Amino acid sequence: MHVYLDNAATTKVLPEVIEAMIPYYTEFYGNPSSFHSFARDAHKGLDDARRTVAKCLNAANPSEIYFTGGGSEGDNMILRGVAQAYRKKGNHIITSKIEHHAILHTLQELEDKGLATVTYLDVDENGLVDPEAVRAAIRPDTILVSVMTANNEVGTIEPIKEIGAVCREAGVLFHTDAVQAIGHIPMDVQDMNIDLLTLTAHKFHGPKGVGAVYIRKGVRVPAMITGGGQENKKRAGTENVPGIVGLAKALEIQTGNLDANMKKMTALRDRLIAGVEERIPTVHLNGHRTQRLPNNVNFGIRYIESESILLMLDLQGVAASSGSACTSGSLDPSHVLLAMGITHEEANGSLRMTLSEFTTEEEIDYVLEILPPIVQRLRDMSPIYPKGGVE
Amino acid sequence: MQYSEKVLDHFQHPRNVGEIPDASGVGTVGNAKCGDIMQMFLKINDDEIVEDVKFKTFGCGAAIATSSMATELIKGKPLAEVEQLTNEAVVEALEGLPPVKIHCSVLAQEAVQAAIADYRAKKENKQKEEAPKAE
Repeated sequence: MHVYLDNAATTKVLPEVIEAMIPYYTEFYGNPSSFHSFARDAHKGLDDARRTVAKCLNAANPSEIYFTGGGSEGDNMILRGVAQAYRKKGNHIITSKIEHHAILHTLQELEDKGLATVTYLDVDENGLVDPEAVRAAIRPDTILVSVMTANNEVGTIEPIKEIGAVCREAGVLFHTDAVQAIGHIPMDVQDMNIDLLTLTAHKFHGPKGVGAVYIRKGVRVPAMITGGGQENKKRAGTENVPGIVGLAKALEIQTGNLDANMKKMTALRDRLIAGVEERIPTVHLNGHRTQRLPNNVNFGIRYIESESILLMLDLQGVAASSGSACTSGSLDPSHVLLAMGITHEEANGSLRMTLSEFTTEEEIDYVLEILPPIVQRLRDMSPIYPKGGVE
Repeated sequence: MQYSEKVLDHFQHPRNVGEIPDASGVGTVGNAKCGDIMQMFLKINDDEIVEDVKFKTFGCGAAIATSSMATELIKGKPLAEVEQLTNEAVVEALEGLPPVKIHCSVLAQEAVQAAIADYRAKKENKQKEEAPKAE
């Protein structure tokens, strides 16, 4: 049996999405900036896609959507752009300790270059950012608050509407990296007080290498990539028209199926969580139990190390992830788990399994069948596993 | 992460897993914070032959495979030879390791050396204890 439980890393592209993309490779392949019918057809694809994305996010106007090359690019564009455009107001940026590295490494670089002063907010043991902590951190020179909608490792959904409200009240821009959330939970930029948002297509069954940012009208974000006048002069380069069409198609489908998918995945997620807790002693569910992405399961499994679990699972056809940096050769465990107060030792034994609507009950049951013996085998081999087992 | 067939074989079917209750020497290296702990148990006879060896490892696939391979390389060998075990020999026997995992083979070598050091320290203590009686 082959079971794919790494959907937070990337997802499979829906057949309908590929179908929608193909004509933009074979028929409407004109450069949208050219002057002829081929260009007009391509341009129409872009316009339609922009309208669709705006509608799915409830943006006030399609012109607030700008297509990019993906999530990391979007985060870079917004952080660097806001730091540059608002430097007269100040250079203080507030974020959390559990953001994606596209946020954290970019802010680190801005700090190193003297272009930003950053406050990194703590999270609680479930990975939640406190909106009141955001309020307390805001200063007269604060130009931006950036807090992710949902965490990629532990699936915790942040109170972004409340954080957005705090920012509105203080007159500070609010950005959210919604890469893991879009297409998985309801999103409404107006209702949630969002000024800036990042998304990428391949996390919701769209193609890789294409994303979008929402920039509320009036918010200044200068171009990071300069050259042509594409994307209203905010992102030069010939548009990835097939990719953009695919992004919009995938988002449209996932937004339409949102309620049904959430219901289905939440049930499977909870079956997996309950099964693991029932069958394996001394495990700890990382992240919030209910305020959690419907497709995310992340366990700390004590006394053993992530990679050996992943390797055993892989040898039996199950693709999962550790959610930690171990495989990159770095000895540092996940910054997310450490920020949540989890010890180094426990963070080294994290197992992330992320579902999609294609995940079946049979697949979950297969994982529940093979995982406990894998854990026991590795524990029996572990010098830190208490003799005689654990209760 | 691309592991060789040999690494996967030793990971899936590790040789000499366990403990030796009356071991002549025990070596423990690494720590849980770094993600690897290796424990090596040696049973050394009067002719200084490594009669038996067992290991326990907390760590990644490469950590388990290198421990297993190290035990195979030293089992039944004279101590003088075992002392010469290098991490390169472990890597070679495993038909290579990914560059980021070379430190696991170093850890395996260190675990064996730590167990030998423990054996020598115990032997020395024993001799000291016995020495006054001989006078």
